[in-house]
Amino acid sequence: MDKIVNQKAWFLVLPVFAVVAFSAILPLMTVVNYSMQDTFGNNQFFWNGVGWFKELLDPSTDLGGRFLASLGRNLLFSAIILAIEVPLGIVVALSMPREGWTVAVCLVILALPLLIPWNVVGTIWQIFGRPDIGLLGYALNSLGFDYNYVSNEFDAWATVIVMDVWHWTSLVALLCYAGLKSIPDAYYQAAQIDGASRWAVFKAIQLPKMNRVLLIAVLLRFMDSFMIYTEPFVVTGGGPGNSTTFVSIELVKIALGQFDLGKAAALSLVYNLIILIVCWVFYTVMTNVGTERPEKKGAA
Amino acid sequence: MENIAWMAWTLPTAIFFVMLALTLGVMTWLGIAYPEAERVGILRIPTTRGDRLFISLVTAAVIHLLWIAFVGTDPLLTLPIGEGVEISSLWLATLISLVSAVAIFRTV
Repeated sequence: MDKIVNQKAWFLVLPVFAVVAFSAILPLMTVVNYSMQDTFGNNQFFWNGVGWFKELLDPSTDLGGRFLASLGRNLLFSAIILAIEVPLGIVVALSMPREGWTVAVCLVILALPLLIPWNVVGTIWQIFGRPDIGLLGYALNSLGFDYNYVSNEFDAWATVIVMDVWHWTSLVALLCYAGLKSIPDAYYQAAQIDGASRWAVFKAIQLPKMNRVLLIAVLLRFMDSFMIYTEPFVVTGGGPGNSTTFVSIELVKIALGQFDLGKAAALSLVYNLIILIVCWVFYTVMTNVGTERPEKKGAA
Repeated sequence: MENIAWMAWTLPTAIFFVMLALTLGVMTWLGIAYPEAERVGILRIPTTRGDRLFISLVTAAVIHLLWIAFVGTDPLLTLPIGEGVEISSLWLATLISLVSAVAIFRTV
C-alpha cells in the first residue's frame, strides 16, 4: 500500500511565512509589478505590458544584447570554475591525512579562505594583482609576462577565476573529505585483498561514496558562481570594457546606475527563473540519487 | 493607498497574483481534504500534486518567455468592442501552458 502524504505540518510554517512575506514575497510582487511598467521616479508608473521582456529577449536591442552577453559570460565563468574546483577539491581531499594531528591543521588551513568576507577577498586580490605594488602582479611582470588585469581581458578573467578557485576550492575539498571519512576501512581492506589499483579504488569505492557530497558541492558552487557579484565587482568593476560584467553586475548597473526599474525587474525575474529551475533540478537529482525504489509489486 | 504607491500595483498584475493565491489555496484545501500518495511518472521522480503544480507554473513561465522571444506578441485579432480590443498572440502561449499543465498533472 502506498504511504499517505499528510501536509498538515505546513501550518507550523506560518510564522516563517509571515517573516518571509515581508522580506521576500512583497518585494518579489513589487518586482513583478515593476517589470510591467516604466517609471521616471516619484512613484509614477506607466503600463508597458511585456515590453521589457520583449526587449530583454531580443539580442538586437541594447538591453537584450547586454543581458544575453552577460548571461553567456556568467555560464562560461561557472563552467570554468566548476571544471577546476571540483577535480581540484577531490585531489586535495584525497591527499589529506586520514588521522593524526595533521588532520586538524589541514582543516583549519582549508577553512581559512572560507572565513574571509567576499569584499575582503576582492580587495586582497585587487591589491595582490596590481602590477605596481601587488606581489602577484609585480612578480609576473618582473618575470616578463605582460600582466595587467585592468587593461587586458584575458588577465582580468584569469584573476577572477583564480580568485574564485582560491576562495572556494576549500569548500569542495572539505565536503569531499567528509564523504571520504564516511567510508569504512573494510572497503579498503577488501580492495587490498583483491589487489585493486589506486585508480580502481578511487573509481569503485571513493567516487561512488562521494557522489552525494559532490552533487551538493556542484550545486553550491554553481549557484554561488552564477550569482557572483562582490568579488569581480571589487577587483575589475566588470571591466575592462564589459568583459567581466556578470549578470548580477549588469543588473545592478541597470537598476541602480541607470534607475531603469522596469528593465531591471524584467531581467531579475528571468535571472530568478533560471536559478529556480537549476535549483529544482539539482534538488530533485540530489534527493533521488541512490534511492533505488523497488518496482511496483503485483499482488501480495 | 498612498503609502503602498511604491509597489506600483496594476489591475493585471493584481489579477495574476490573486489567481496564484487562489490556486495555492485550493491546492492546500485539496491536500487537507484529500490526502494523496506520491507517485512516479514519466520523469521517474516521485511527485505530489504540489510538485506537479510547481513544474506546471515553471513550465508556463518558460513557455511564455520562449513565445515572447521567438514568436513575438503581434495582435492575433481585434475584437469589435468599442474602438477594438486587440488580442495578443501571447494568449496562445497561455493556452499552450494550460494544455501542458493538464499534461503534467496527468503524466508526471
